[in-house]
Amino acid sequence: MTTVLETFGLKRRFGAFMATNDVSLKIEQGARHALIGPNGAGKTTLINLLTGVLVPTAGTIILRGDDITRLPSHLRVKRGLTRTFQINQLFSEYSPLESVTLAILEREGFGGNLWSPVAGYGQLIDEAAALLARFRLASVMEERTSRLPYGKQRLLEIALAFASRPRILLLDEPAAGVPEEERYEVLSIVSDLPADVTVVLIEHDMDLVFSFATRISVLVAGALFAEGSVEEIASHPGVKAVYLGEAA
Amino acid sequence: MLTILFDGIAYGMLLFILACGLTITLGLMNFINLAHGAFAMAGGYVTVVMMNRYGISFYWCLPAAFFVSAALGALLERVLYRRLYQASHLDQVLFSVGLVFMSVAAADYVMGGQQQLIQLPPELSGRTEILGIGIGRYRLFTIVVCAALAFALQLILARTRFGSRLRAAVDDRRVAMGLGINVSMVFALTFAFGSGLAGLGGAMGAEILGLDPNFPLKFMIYFLIVVAVGGTSTVSGPFLAALLLGVADVAGKYYVPAIGPFIIYGLMIIMLILRPAGLFARGAR
Amino acid sequence: MSVLAKEGLQPVEERHAQQARARRWMRKRSAMRIFELVVWTAAVAVVFLLPSKMLILTEIAILALFAVSLDLVLGFAGIVSLGHAAFFGLGAYAAGLFARHVMAEPVIGLLIAGAASGVLGYATSFLVLRGSDLTRLMTTLGIALMLAEVANQMAWLTGGADGLSGFSLDPILGLFPFDLWGRNGYIYCLAALFISTMVARRLAFSPFGLSLKAIKNNPARAALVGVPARRRLIITYAIAAVIAGCAGALLTQTTSFVSPDVLAFHRSADVLLVLVIGGTGYLYGGILGAIGFTLLKDWLSVVTPQYWMFWIGLLLVILVVVGRERLAGWIEHVRGRLASGGGHSP
Repeated sequence: MTTVLETFGLKRRFGAFMATNDVSLKIEQGARHALIGPNGAGKTTLINLLTGVLVPTAGTIILRGDDITRLPSHLRVKRGLTRTFQINQLFSEYSPLESVTLAILEREGFGGNLWSPVAGYGQLIDEAAALLARFRLASVMEERTSRLPYGKQRLLEIALAFASRPRILLLDEPAAGVPEEERYEVLSIVSDLPADVTVVLIEHDMDLVFSFATRISVLVAGALFAEGSVEEIASHPGVKAVYLGEAA
Repeated sequence: MLTILFDGIAYGMLLFILACGLTITLGLMNFINLAHGAFAMAGGYVTVVMMNRYGISFYWCLPAAFFVSAALGALLERVLYRRLYQASHLDQVLFSVGLVFMSVAAADYVMGGQQQLIQLPPELSGRTEILGIGIGRYRLFTIVVCAALAFALQLILARTRFGSRLRAAVDDRRVAMGLGINVSMVFALTFAFGSGLAGLGGAMGAEILGLDPNFPLKFMIYFLIVVAVGGTSTVSGPFLAALLLGVADVAGKYYVPAIGPFIIYGLMIIMLILRPAGLFARGAR
Repeated sequence: MSVLAKEGLQPVEERHAQQARARRWMRKRSAMRIFELVVWTAAVAVVFLLPSKMLILTEIAILALFAVSLDLVLGFAGIVSLGHAAFFGLGAYAAGLFARHVMAEPVIGLLIAGAASGVLGYATSFLVLRGSDLTRLMTTLGIALMLAEVANQMAWLTGGADGLSGFSLDPILGLFPFDLWGRNGYIYCLAALFISTMVARRLAFSPFGLSLKAIKNNPARAALVGVPARRRLIITYAIAAVIAGCAGALLTQTTSFVSPDVLAFHRSADVLLVLVIGGTGYLYGGILGAIGFTLLKDWLSVVTPQYWMFWIGLLLVILVVVGRERLAGWIEHVRGRLASGGGHSP
């Protein structure tokens, strides 16, 4: 198994607060790697560090052999690493079609073109429409994103990340805030992601974690508390304690 | 040379008093109030009118300038500014520029376009010798008053209940409200206070900085530099920034008059290159 | 049953229909609207219909060009600038100096002035993009003030407070002289405005333009779909500077004079107000706003010659307090009525 993403002693400090404390993580190619831990454990901070939203105080991040620790976000996307946000980060003024087309244009390297109209990129628009159809967004693809119901916006959040054809996709609580009836759609998409895409998933829903994940890392107070296969973690006494609040 | 330094310090302290209301408004309400100079101008004109038309002593004009500007600030805050706290920065800029235009034109209409002159009381005019250095008495007065104010501000913020409420509201408005702090009252009082300080600065500055209807426009860039360089999370940040600006401007204009006016822009650019978040910024803001 | 319908499971006709619909929608998005044709037709028609008003129409055209350039910065790149007059002023002085010392041919002078402003725009973009909104206000204002100070100090070059004069412009392209009634001047400015707006329009509907509003709307997300935000903003700022410089050059060339007023703060503030009146983000806001603003200012300076600044300020305050959204919504409504088929505008 090849390692696609690895961190060495990753640290992030905010003043006196150590949000990420010496995290050394290994993500394997094609894994379904879940990141769990109590609230405030620093899971989102870790994702922010991995995607370049935050710069680490110390440590390194290696993506398929390259050091990306200080690489800006948009260049990490070009290397196949992207994410979804826990709270939707969408282009509220754009329609899903415009948003996804933008992502595809950037992926294909046409993003810097100042002259040709977007409407001329027929094939890429086709791809965008097809992708939106797969995410059950075809009927609303021309609507302004801010007018879409939350569940659809959540699907768009994932579709947008997907449009960049990532090789590693970091999902930050994909079903967060989604009403009960619509959770199924989102969770189905997550479990149906292609096998060659490596997925790192932050999630609180333990059923989803145990049914989806191949490997689990437990983060507590910014540090790696435990790591292992699903069976190992499920039977780990410390993990239960951490979640149920007993002395660790 | 020391005289120049002294003059620069007086200038800088004045800038601090003038700008600190803006610092507080920006730091507290995240409101970019470019019309801040208008409150200063109001204080200056109140002083001019009181002294020149009614012969009231200079010392009474200072608190009067403070209170008139504070009242003006309180009124405008309640009627206008309050509606725009959630507005975009662009809207706030447009709004405050509009106020600036209105105040400049109004001042021109009411007071005329010429530079206003006031007659300082005799004990404050002229120079005096301290430790062998010739120091303008008025400059000395300015420094003493402004330093005392700065010190008092720091005390208020750090030691009083109002200060802690203010700091809480700056840190997290919603949590502060949840704790029962009347945030809108805090805002109103603070805005009034900041405007009052500006008025006081305008009154004191009439002699050193000059006073004419273009005051809010002329000094807009100075205030912006003080706030951007000094940051909004402390009192000492803008204080040091204002001092630096004052000394650099005065010294520059005296020693190298050809490039004197450019010193502050040079300072601004250097700061942008080295520390874009401001010299004293504490964290991401 | 999987929700993420795999490719091939969707009926081909349905997918093709969706894709055709998508393509159509994208095309309509960038299609020329009826109101655009109305604007340009009217702009040409006034040459024949209002021959005595050429001077004020030239003023409108120049202001419109300046405003279109600011729209790129403000409405597309999302940069709040208090000093856009820096580029206008540099262009004005560059054109004046060029006509006086090098060559009096207007079109070449126009291009040179645009290029000069573009260089300044590129150089200052690095400073402008550093820091927050507040720092940007300081930076843009500071740069404009600095330039104004330079113009004042280098009187040997710029004429100082008296301004630059003593030059006149050759006929445009050697064929069309600047006449006293200003007709050729107006047509010249209109041509420049038309070409620039069309170029800006292409930019707006290109992939580059698509990414701009995305950066403005959600920079974090834009970075995570691979948009190199900084580079795009720098280029946009530089292009806007070129256009603003051209506007300044046109003023110089049509009046044969440059005053230090071209760098004054009120120029930067006025053009902001123009965009407030006309609306940002669709390029024509600059044109419509320029018409409104110039007519308003003209009327005001007759009614209250000394204190029109007060009323302009009041207008700004009212517009902001009442709500630009409401004004923009009203404009959208009118635009929607004028546009063909009521297409969705970006």
